[in-house]
Amino acid sequence: MQDLDNILSSFEGKSGELIPVLQKIQNELGYLSEEAMLRAAEFLNIPESKVFGVASFYSQFRFTPTGRNKITVCEGTACHVKGAKGIKEEISRIKGIEDGETSSCMEYTLEGVACIGCCALAPCITINDDVHGRLDKKKVSDILKEI
Amino acid sequence: MHKVSLTIDGVNIKADASMTVLEAALENNIYIPNLCYHKDLNPAGTCRMCLVEVNDPNNQVIACQTTVEEGMSVITDSPRLKSVRQITLELLHVNHTQDCTHCGKNSNCQLQEVTSYVGVNEARVEQLRKSSPNIEKDTSNPFFIFDHNKCILCGICVRTCNEIQGVDALQFGYRGVNTVVSTFMDKPVIESVCESCGECVVRCPVGALLPVDEMKTSREVSTICPYCGVGCGIRLGIRGERVVNVKGDEGNPVNRGRLCVKGRFGYNWIHHKERLKEPLVKKEGKFVKATWDEALDLVAEKFSRYRGSEFAAFSSAKCTNEENYLIQKFARAVMGTNNVDHCARLCHSPSVAALAQSLGSGAMTNSIEEIADAGCIFAIGTNTTESHPVIGLKVKEARRKGAKVIVANPRRIDLCKKADIWLQYRGGTDVALLMGMCRVIVEENLTDTSFIARRCENYEAFKESLQEFTPAYVEEITGVDPALLREAARIYAGASSSSVLYAMGITQHSHGTDNVLAISNLALLTGNLGKPSSGINPLRGQNNVQGACDMGALPNVYPGYQKVSDPDVKEKFENAWKATLDESPGLTLTEIVNAAHKGDVKALYLVGENSLLSEPDGNHVLEALKKLDFFVAQDIFMSETASLADVVLPAASFAEKNGTFTNTERRVQLVRKAVNPAGDAKPDWWITSQIAKKMNHRGFDFKNASEIFVELAALTPSYKGITHERISQKGISWPVKSRVHKGTPVLHKDSFSTASGKGKFFPLKYIPPAEMPDEQYPFILTTGRSLYHYHTGTMTRRVDGLNILKERETVEINPGDASLLGLGEDDRVRVTSRRGEIEAAVKITPNSPAGMVSMSFHFSESPANLLTNPALDPVAKIPELKVCAVRVEKI
Repeated sequence: MQDLDNILSSFEGKSGELIPVLQKIQNELGYLSEEAMLRAAEFLNIPESKVFGVASFYSQFRFTPTGRNKITVCEGTACHVKGAKGIKEEISRIKGIEDGETSSCMEYTLEGVACIGCCALAPCITINDDVHGRLDKKKVSDILKEI
Repeated sequence: MHKVSLTIDGVNIKADASMTVLEAALENNIYIPNLCYHKDLNPAGTCRMCLVEVNDPNNQVIACQTTVEEGMSVITDSPRLKSVRQITLELLHVNHTQDCTHCGKNSNCQLQEVTSYVGVNEARVEQLRKSSPNIEKDTSNPFFIFDHNKCILCGICVRTCNEIQGVDALQFGYRGVNTVVSTFMDKPVIESVCESCGECVVRCPVGALLPVDEMKTSREVSTICPYCGVGCGIRLGIRGERVVNVKGDEGNPVNRGRLCVKGRFGYNWIHHKERLKEPLVKKEGKFVKATWDEALDLVAEKFSRYRGSEFAAFSSAKCTNEENYLIQKFARAVMGTNNVDHCARLCHSPSVAALAQSLGSGAMTNSIEEIADAGCIFAIGTNTTESHPVIGLKVKEARRKGAKVIVANPRRIDLCKKADIWLQYRGGTDVALLMGMCRVIVEENLTDTSFIARRCENYEAFKESLQEFTPAYVEEITGVDPALLREAARIYAGASSSSVLYAMGITQHSHGTDNVLAISNLALLTGNLGKPSSGINPLRGQNNVQGACDMGALPNVYPGYQKVSDPDVKEKFENAWKATLDESPGLTLTEIVNAAHKGDVKALYLVGENSLLSEPDGNHVLEALKKLDFFVAQDIFMSETASLADVVLPAASFAEKNGTFTNTERRVQLVRKAVNPAGDAKPDWWITSQIAKKMNHRGFDFKNASEIFVELAALTPSYKGITHERISQKGISWPVKSRVHKGTPVLHKDSFSTASGKGKFFPLKYIPPAEMPDEQYPFILTTGRSLYHYHTGTMTRRVDGLNILKERETVEINPGDASLLGLGEDDRVRVTSRRGEIEAAVKITPNSPAGMVSMSFHFSESPANLLTNPALDPVAKIPELKVCAVRVEKI
C-alpha cells in the first residue's frame, strides 16, 4: 500500500490521468495488480470496471507479474520466415511456459512481439536488454542455460 | 417545445426540435432498424443500423445522433443503405449463437427484428462464422445468465449500469475481435459490484442477458411491490395459477419501470411450501390444524373475555389500508380500547410526532419524482441505495443533472461516493450537527427572511438557542471539521431548492423527535418548504407504513390523525361505528410489550409482525409474549413470533388480495389480486371481519376491500376524494379533498397545516445517546439493512437467490479495530451488550468508522435486536435502535 501511495502522490487525482497512472504503476510494480487498479479507481474517482476496460484495451498493460528475466521472441516477418515459431516452442519446452506466462519460480516470462528491429539477425530474441540473433534450437538451449 | 417540419420517406411529419431523426421516425411509426438505441439512454451510435440519407444520397448519417431540422428530407431505405447495414449485420451474426428457436428471447429479439428487415447473405455468413461459441456462459448470478456468445456489443447494458443505476459494474473490456462486456478483471458477475437489479437484463435487446427462469406468461396483473415504502408499480406475470415473474410498471410515475433486486427477483416466497395454509390451534404445546370456524370461534370466545385495556392489537404496515382500518376499528369499537399500534413506532413515530408539531403533517412534503430536479440533496441518516434503492436512483439522477449532494452518515455508505460533501459525524449527535448548520446559516445571513417573516413562528427563541452551537462546540460533539460544516450549510442554503431525505438514522434514537425537529428548523430557516423539489422527506420503511399511520393504527389517533382525546372526533366515530369509544390514548407498541410483561395486557392480536426480531431487547419481548393469557398471530409464514401464539391464522399475501397501499410520498395505489391465496389462507380484512362478526358486532359486513375503502374515505378527510375506481390507472397523493381534487404532491404550499397555519421553529439542546461506550462495552453498535434482504427476512430469506447474494449476518468493523482485537476476515465473534449476546462472522471494512460496529436485523440466527437498547424517546416512544454499547470478542 505504501508503494501505491508513493506512486499516486505525483498525480492530482483527475480522471484524465488514468493512463499515465497505470503506466507508472506498471513501471514500478512490473504489472497492474488488482489491488493497484482498485486504488487507482478510487484515487481518480473512476469506476473500477472502466479502469480495467482501459487497461485491457492497450496491449502495453499486463495483469500478471513478470519474472526476473523477460524473454521476448521476435515474430516479425523476417524472424517468422527464419523459424521464430520453432524458437518459441523450444523456449516453451525448456522453461515450461507458454506465450504471456511467467514460470512458477518467478524467474522467466515469455512473450512474443511483432518486431524488435533486428531483422538482419533473424531469428532473434531478447533476454532482458540483450539481443541474441541468428538462433537455432541448439543455440537457444545453450543461451537459456546461462541465465 | 418548438416544433420543426421534415419529411421522412416523403411523409410530412412534425417533431420536437430537440428530437433525433430516429426518435421522430419511431414516434411517427416509421421503422428504422436499430440495435444500440434505447429510449431511456443517451444515444451511442455504435451499431450503425440506423444509417439514413439526409437531403442527399451521399450524405449518410446516423439517425440516433442527428437532430431534426426544419425542412430536412430523410430517406430510410435505399440500395446503398441496405448494403452498409447488411454487411454490418452479417458481422454480428458471424459471432452470434444460432439457437433462435429455443432462445429465451425468441420473438422478442431486436437482432431478429433487424435481420428480418435488412436481410443477410446466408452463404457469406456461413463462410465467416466462428467455429463454435467459445466463451463460457456466466451463470454466477442466481437471477440472470450472461451469455457473451449472444452479445452484439450494443453497450445498452453498459450504459444502463452507468446512466440509470450508477453502479458501473459493466464496461467494454479488451479490444478488436476480443472485445466483450466485462466486469472489473473480467470476473464472474457475482464477484463484481453488480447489485443484481436486473435493469440491464430487461434492456438487453438479444438473449445475452436473460433471467434464469425466463418464461412467457399467460397474463399480467398490475399491482404494487410489497417491500419498501417507495411503492414501485409492478406487473406480476402469471402462468397457470402461479406468479412466475415480475416486471417494472413503466406507466407508474413512482418508478417508471425501475426496480431493485428484491422487487424484480424476490417473489418466490409467494408460492413457498412453508406458507401457512390452514388455521392452527395450539393444544398441549403443539399446533394442530383447525377449520376456520373452529379457530374463529375460539378467538372470538377468548377475546370477549379481555375487552378494554387487557387487550392490545399490533396492526401491520405490510397489510392494506382497508385491513389497517378494520384492525383499529376492531380494537376500538369491538374491544373498547385504543391499545393499537404497529411497527411505525419503531421507525418513523418521531417524524409523525415532530412534524405534526412543526409543520402540521408527519409525512414526506414532496413527491419522489421531484427529487431528481432538486438543486441540493441533503441525505442524513439514510442509506438510500440499500434501503430505498429506487429513490437512490433519483438521487443519482439529480446528481447527473447537476445537484449538489451532501451525505451525513457515521458510516461510509455507498452514496458517499456520489456526494460532494460527506459529513462523517458520531452516531447520535444529529441535533448538534443540524443546529450547527443552522447557526452558520444565520450567522452568514443565508436565511430566507421573507419566508420566516411570512410563514413561521417562534424564530427569536430558536435563534437564541443556536448561540451555543458554535462550529467549535459542534466539532467537539460530532467530530465534523468546522470548515466542512460551513461548506455544507452554504450549499444547502444556497441551492435553488434543497431536499432533505432522512430515515431511521435520524429517528431511531432516544431523542429522535428532537432530531426531526432539527431538520424541520433547517428547512424552515431556508424556505425549503412548500415548493417543488425541496422539503423534508422521511423515507418510510414498509410498503404501507404511511397508510397504516393514516388509517389510525396508532394509539392516540383515529384515521386521518384525528385525536382520540377530542370529544367531537370521538362522537363522530361513535356515530359512524355505533359503539362507545374510549377517549384516553392507548399504549404504544413498546409499552404494550412492557404491559404484557407486567401482566396488564393479557390478550394480543398480532397481525403480520415479527416482534421477536424487530423490537429492541428481544429477550424481554420473548418473556412478555410468553406471559400472555391468549395470543393470536395472523401471518403468511410461521414467524419466530407466531410460533409462540395460541392460535395462528393464515393470511393471504399481497398477490392474493385487493386493496390499497399508501407509499412514502402519500400516494394511495391500488393492489390487485393476481392469484388465489395459498391453501385455505384468507385476506386479513376477511379474517378481522369474521372475528368481529363472531363477537356479534355490527359494521363488519364487507363483501370486498372496495366497500371498506368507501367507509374509511368517508371518515378520513385526507382520503375523502379517493375511490378504488379513481386510482385504478394511477395512484394519487393525499390530501385529496374531493372527487375532483387532483391530490397534493407538494404539501404546505400556501400555509402549514398547524393550528396557526405557520411553521414553528423549536429551540433545541443536544442530548447524548442513552448508552455510550465505556471500558466494559467499548464499541457503539448501529443497526442497518442490506439491499438483499428485507426486515426480519420472513419473505426474503425464503428466496434462494437472495440468500446466495447475502447468506448470513456479518458484523462490520473497521480494519484498525479488527487488528487491535486480532480479528481476521470471516472470524466468528461474540457481540455482547448489557441485554444479550449473539454470534456472527466479521467483515472488515473501512466503511465502518473506528469505534463503531454495525449489523442488520434480517437474520434470526444472529438477532441483532437481542443487543439493542429499549431506551425510549420521551415523545414518540421509539427505542434507540441505532446506538448501543457492545463488546466484541473473538470466539
